[in-house]
Amino acid sequence: MAMTLAEKLVARASGREHVTPGEIVICKVDLAMIHDSGGPRRVQPMLQRLGVGLWDSRKVVLISDHYVPATDDETRRIAEITRHFAAQNDLAGFYDGEGICHVVLPERGHLKPGMFVVGGDSHSPTGGAFGAYMFGVGATEMAGVLATGEIWLSVPETIEIQWTGRFAPGVVAKDMMLFLCGRLGMEGGRGQAVHFRGEAIGALGMQERMTLSNMTAELGGQTGLIDPDETTAAYVRAAGADPGDVSRWQSDPDANVSEHHVFDAAALTPQVAAPHSPANAAPATDHGVVPIRVAHIGACTGAKITDLRMAARILKGRTVDPGVSLLVAPASRRDQDAAAKDGTLQVLIDAGATLLPNACGMCSGYGGSLEEGVTCISSIARNFKGRMGPRSANIYLGSPYTVAASAVRGRITDPREMLS
Amino acid sequence: MKDVNDGGRAFVFGDAIDTDVLAPGIYMKHPIATLASHCLEAVDPTFAASVRPGDIVVAGKSFGIGSSREQAAEALKHLGVSIVLARSFGGIFYRNALNLGLPVIVCDAADAIGAGDRVVVDAARGVIENRTRGVTITAKPLPPFLLAMIEDGGLLPHLEKRFARERGQGGQKD
Repeated sequence: MAMTLAEKLVARASGREHVTPGEIVICKVDLAMIHDSGGPRRVQPMLQRLGVGLWDSRKVVLISDHYVPATDDETRRIAEITRHFAAQNDLAGFYDGEGICHVVLPERGHLKPGMFVVGGDSHSPTGGAFGAYMFGVGATEMAGVLATGEIWLSVPETIEIQWTGRFAPGVVAKDMMLFLCGRLGMEGGRGQAVHFRGEAIGALGMQERMTLSNMTAELGGQTGLIDPDETTAAYVRAAGADPGDVSRWQSDPDANVSEHHVFDAAALTPQVAAPHSPANAAPATDHGVVPIRVAHIGACTGAKITDLRMAARILKGRTVDPGVSLLVAPASRRDQDAAAKDGTLQVLIDAGATLLPNACGMCSGYGGSLEEGVTCISSIARNFKGRMGPRSANIYLGSPYTVAASAVRGRITDPREMLS
Repeated sequence: MKDVNDGGRAFVFGDAIDTDVLAPGIYMKHPIATLASHCLEAVDPTFAASVRPGDIVVAGKSFGIGSSREQAAEALKHLGVSIVLARSFGGIFYRNALNLGLPVIVCDAADAIGAGDRVVVDAARGVIENRTRGVTITAKPLPPFLLAMIEDGGLLPHLEKRFARERGQGGQKD
């Protein structure tokens, strides 16, 4: 019986020959990722209540990224609880202030094709970029996983989104996802498995693929899968893991999908989402004159080394508009080190950027906050009211190219006019 | 699910009530009581102070979209909300609510229920009775294994029972 990639991944995890969308199965979890906000401070009391420890500490990775750096008594207490948990359990990995979980997890070789992974964060679909079934759960459900190593799942339908052709210069994965949010809405994924395919996807590097899979959360999908290939295998090997046989994790050609969409990457232009939803996306040029006060490059979806290099291509030899604060929070320490090494970081600083910690920071409003009433353009994943602190702030979303171009002009700008 | 005899009062909301509205980021580091007092204040500043145990929340599409923070569901439960009826739910919120023992039902109730209406819900049968208007609507009931989990009070009490059972049978779980 022909199966999609999603069905193959769920079938393996549930120990079945094949599965059908809609049936409820119990899956064995290969890896659980938790962070400082939804992790130890929430799950430890629950495990104590259950009177059990971790089902397999070597299948648990803990990453501190939300309350980093600690700024007050509450956040210092959270950091202590997190470190204590790491000291008490022989975890597969503990990364403290090394960057944002969705970027650090694959960077340190914890993900590979074929895995079934749960993450205690809504952007966990990022792992789907590696051909792994990864999705987000809340703290109680995570406590259940940590206690039992199991989770129930309604076998997802597969929504296939095919991108033909290649991007034009200045158009990137973020534009693709904002476009899809605008076109299909934040419920387009219907809680199912979204599967990105086609020539344009195969041509993307891993970090760009991660941006796509990451924002499957905004598209309302449970995970965002991409066929693993030689690009995937090379990344996984470089991260120190064995990618295994990637050819095993492909959809069968005659597998049933519930929806099939086809879009042309070559026709796509830079997209910007207006406040207060990623679904308010439209071409960057359609928003009229929108002056901005803050330009923000940050988060798992928008400040990886690939993203920082995009911003640097625009900012090289230019400076930020005097009325604009450009804030840059590189997504991981490794990516920041890489940016320092290849000169990217210096370009950003010379242009006037202020560097922020390698953490979630303003994306979530946990760490730092916009001022009241400001208009900001950011490379983060979602612009809900209050997302970056005050409810009076207006947050626009765009690619790192678009954010950098807007920082220079002082208003929302299509970056293509600055890429020559 | 036991009926609340005279029904819960309905609080009615629109589409896309996200997790930042249910559990605002700036209060996330505080205890649930503090966080819950700000629940939904962006769309209804009086909600947290006026909602009473047994009351119900009715909403449009995409209730609970956004973050995985389960405090979004926990805040509602803390305030005594007995059930949420919505046209659709954010995927993680939906699972979180059930795991916390807060029943959530997908249904088109928003047109049949007005603010303040008295509503009785039978989640096992998928029957929603608006006692104020004398209207009954139906929804797909929750599957038995989820109802059993909710009956136990959520995933944790459900697992507590399971582990106790396993221990009783001389299981190896420590």
